[in-house]
Amino acid sequence: MKELRLMKGNEAVAEAAIRAGADGYFGYPITPQSEVMEYLMTERPHERTGMVVLQAESEIASINMLYGGAGCGKKVMTSSSSPGISLMQEGLSYIAGAELPALVVNVVRGGPGLGTIQPSQADYFQTVKGGGHGDYRLISLAPCSVQEMYDFVKIGFDLAFKYRNPVMILTDGAIGQMMERVELDEQVPRLTDEQIREKYPWATLGKLPGKHRSIITSLELESAKQEQVNLRIQAKYKLLEDEVRYEEIQCEDAEYLVVAYGTSARICQKTIQLGREKGIKIGLLRPITLYPFPSKAIAAAATRVKGILSVEMSAGQMVEDIRLSVPCDLKVAHFGRFGGIIPSPSEVLEALENNLIGG
Amino acid sequence: MADIQTQDIRKPENLVYRKTPVLTDNVLHYCPGCGHGTAHRLIAEVIEEMGIQGKTIGVAPVGCSVLAYNYFDIDMQEAAHGRAPALATAIKRLLPEHYVFTYQGDGDLAAIGTAETIHACNRGENITVVFVNNGIYGMTGGQMAPTTLEGMKSSTSPYGRDLKSMGNPLKITELIAQLPGTYFVTRQAVHKPGAVRKCKKALRKAFENQTLEKGLSFVEIVSNCNSGWKMTPLDSNKWMEENMFPFYPMGDIKVDGELIK
Repeated sequence: MKELRLMKGNEAVAEAAIRAGADGYFGYPITPQSEVMEYLMTERPHERTGMVVLQAESEIASINMLYGGAGCGKKVMTSSSSPGISLMQEGLSYIAGAELPALVVNVVRGGPGLGTIQPSQADYFQTVKGGGHGDYRLISLAPCSVQEMYDFVKIGFDLAFKYRNPVMILTDGAIGQMMERVELDEQVPRLTDEQIREKYPWATLGKLPGKHRSIITSLELESAKQEQVNLRIQAKYKLLEDEVRYEEIQCEDAEYLVVAYGTSARICQKTIQLGREKGIKIGLLRPITLYPFPSKAIAAAATRVKGILSVEMSAGQMVEDIRLSVPCDLKVAHFGRFGGIIPSPSEVLEALENNLIGG
Repeated sequence: MADIQTQDIRKPENLVYRKTPVLTDNVLHYCPGCGHGTAHRLIAEVIEEMGIQGKTIGVAPVGCSVLAYNYFDIDMQEAAHGRAPALATAIKRLLPEHYVFTYQGDGDLAAIGTAETIHACNRGENITVVFVNNGIYGMTGGQMAPTTLEGMKSSTSPYGRDLKSMGNPLKITELIAQLPGTYFVTRQAVHKPGAVRKCKKALRKAFENQTLEKGLSFVEIVSNCNSGWKMTPLDSNKWMEENMFPFYPMGDIKVDGELIK
């Protein structure tokens, strides 16, 4: 039987990193995710697995520590919350440009600016559209439970190394802070430097006699060559279509579709139930990967329903991707609360009735 | 005498100098007369002489030496502007048996990367930082740097650096020497044979210190930028001796963790 533990979402992320065989965590405190580093510092993973944990002087430093560690082929992670993630955008662009694997967890809080420490989903655009300069994307995973916070760390590392691209786990303060039961996996051993050399010949582990040296860079001064770099990166993103993940709840007979991820998706499960009690057949499509976005699944569902409601803790960001996914003139509405407010199931139902059924 | 052929001269026993194999054959992009080439050579020679080519990882900055990774025949990473000490911190922590160094200019290390510099020094990371200070942003075309001297002209201080409106030149090397995390701090030059020999000795010590695990070793190299300063190489070296050296005096500042009085 698997080991069970009652954990906070943030603690689950930290324990998952240790058990996934991570080599390093570099972070900077910010509410509502400080438990990640607090847990790691208390747990002393260096004694358990040899994993390095370091508190950096800023998020700018921690994301660049990720670059350095990732360049050595090491499994490295950082976590932060919205304002800190904004500071990391430069580093994320460099990591994507140098095609390095790295895992970043954003426990989103309300913005803009210093905003609030309460949960929000207003960093969707920043996460899935690029965020930093240049043409690049982050592979984005959106957990909706503490178990998924745990599971997505390992999946995130796997995707990061498979595509040599930064991966972001986009969650929020509610899931980061809530406690739930978590099934833990067996410890995955960390790779030795020899295993890294074997698996990732691009890593900077020291140039051996007679071997080519490894150079990690995102610089190419000749524009014809830089265009080739961009084409290679874009070709990689096309392959991501195979990595689309989503969950459908009661969609078979649904007349109305709610699309929501993370905390909003949890609220909407109750909304479905309330709607069905009133005779309104609602289904929920929960994107798990936000990039790549489950456009095909939404397009397929759109042919069967009378309308779609995007429910987000933002002023309407994912709704744009839903509209781009739906090929017909089906009504796609948005309902959101923001600035740290979590909508209630009944107000979502009311919004659905007002926007898609009434009027 | 006239009968001596080239092949008679090219014998191992007659070899008095060769390019270190730790430098690649790539043609340097640096301006003729610039000190970067000599600084590169000295680092490469130290790596060769210590026999650590296979376990040295260098971090290049943004600035004139952004392409440093083209010239060292070792594994290297190219950092974002100012962030080299953050990269080097992670590399050294994850590969503690390796030798790790950053190579940074004054804008990179003492302006945009000040926080990364000070905190890597203060944590006492067991790395080597090579800081080339020519008092100007060379790569972007000669703008004012944090180390530009008072009255010194640059493209963004065309009438000379005015301390009242533009602030003071930053002696970052003296500043980081005060931090308990630095173990060896020195200021060198590479414009004359004697200076080159001293600088190489300092670089060797700065690399050897990494095995002691006693903190960060920091080698500033005050250098010329003849094209940015708009002088001939010889004039720029003379100007450097007369103007840079009085403000940035040569020599060790901290040795074996002790400040030199």
